[in-house]
Amino acid sequence: MVTWEAAYRIIGWEAWKFPSLFQTMQSFYDGFVQGQLLEAIGNSLRRLLIAFALSLSIGMVLGVLFAKVKLLDDTLGFLVVALQTVPSIAWLPFAIIWFGFNDTSVIFITALGATWTMSISTRTGIKNISPIYLRAAQTLGTGTGWKMFTQILIPAAFPHIMTGVRVSWAFAWRALVAGELIANGAGLGQLLQDGRGLGDTALMLNVVIIIAVLGTISDHIVFKRMEDKLLVRYGLEK
Amino acid sequence: MTEMIEIDGVSKRFKQRDGNEFQVLEDVSFTIPEGEFVSLLGPSGCGKSTILNLLAGFEKVSQGTIKVNDGLIKEPGPDRVVVFQEHGLFPWLTVLDNVAFGLKQRGVGKKERNQLAMEQIRAVHLSKFADRYPHELSGGMKQRAAIARALVMDPQILLMDEPFAALDEQTRLVLHQELEEIWLRTGKTILFITHNIREAVMLSDRVLVMSTRPGKIKKEFVVQAARPRDGSDSVLHYVEKQIMDCLADELEKVVKEEMGDESYSIKKNAVSDHTFGNMGSGI
Repeated sequence: MVTWEAAYRIIGWEAWKFPSLFQTMQSFYDGFVQGQLLEAIGNSLRRLLIAFALSLSIGMVLGVLFAKVKLLDDTLGFLVVALQTVPSIAWLPFAIIWFGFNDTSVIFITALGATWTMSISTRTGIKNISPIYLRAAQTLGTGTGWKMFTQILIPAAFPHIMTGVRVSWAFAWRALVAGELIANGAGLGQLLQDGRGLGDTALMLNVVIIIAVLGTISDHIVFKRMEDKLLVRYGLEK
Repeated sequence: MTEMIEIDGVSKRFKQRDGNEFQVLEDVSFTIPEGEFVSLLGPSGCGKSTILNLLAGFEKVSQGTIKVNDGLIKEPGPDRVVVFQEHGLFPWLTVLDNVAFGLKQRGVGKKERNQLAMEQIRAVHLSKFADRYPHELSGGMKQRAAIARALVMDPQILLMDEPFAALDEQTRLVLHQELEEIWLRTGKTILFITHNIREAVMLSDRVLVMSTRPGKIKKEFVVQAARPRDGSDSVLHYVEKQIMDCLADELEKVVKEEMGDESYSIKKNAVSDHTFGNMGSGI
């Protein structure tokens, strides 16, 4: 950080290309005091959580269906693998036509970014369950219906599902910022865009830092920790 | 004594990947009366596990009938619990929850099922490990937990599919004793699958020796030795020797097939006696 500030002073690049440390800190402080940054974070997180909840539920349902219904897996399953390779931001023009420049468009493409990964992870998780668990469960009287599903399929596939959740979160985050850059509504992406419009590089850098910090916190402190705990409990890692 | 298990003229064919059918079992018939400990013994690939899978309800017969307690088998159920070679404990549940799992499916309340499960856990000497997860246990402890999980259901029949095959010799000997003790105490009908002659003779009232390709019951040996069994009992050694002779032909068939060598023979005296040739070389 010292090098950063020193370099700024010694080399003397212009602030409209890249801000100095003090400018960034000043802008960060202002952003919080005026509530602009907090409001943007709040808005972005709200969208992200709605989209994430949507994609987890849809993705899991799809994944279970793919794992259980062969016909569906051969047809729709293949399509999903193909769709997964498309960056979700590519759907934004469609979303804007369908929903307009608003929240719904952003939520739509954010959810889209995470759903496919989630469904593929769930499918893999269920497909990879060792047959011995299914047999052991049946011999203990679960049958092959709902009890089997909730008490064996889901917990047995859980490590895979958890990995899917973590990757989906990262995808959703990316799609969200990209979506907000283009579509309207206050949010981090929008703030980034405003910064560019005003030539306020300090604000832009702040947004980037906030995205990085939020991403790291959510991934490492929440998901990674949950996943590690799970792996240890399942005996997959010591 | 009433017949608990009746297997009558059972054949089983599998479709192979190239579309041809593969006959695993051909016209297998035997009955097991209530409370008997019977072993199915045979070389690998003779279809002994297939018989167990049919009995458990995991697979369907191609021909013939299997009756348990005078009823045809439709699906797997807790009246014939299976103990697998690889324990099959659920890694996301503690030992206690694993053992209580079957009772939960039956709708037994939490307090009661934990109490019943603890009784069985105590019976297999795992009380200290009730709140551990399966991966924290040794191989022998996992297998004991699996047995407790089966017994808590109070099944009429215990189907054991090479349950001790993956354990080391010492652990296996201890578990033999424990299993015999459990059997003497509960009087369950047990069908025990193994490829270990010693194990079969040591534990069973009756040993059914299977021949291979296609699998058939070749011969039946009754083990009339006192309980609890004593490893040095001469009756056991005598039956063991008889079974060994009976199996020699089968082993040769398997070895020939696997080695693709028609001239290979492991019949009597064909195996060289290393003890004599090496005498003193280890000093």
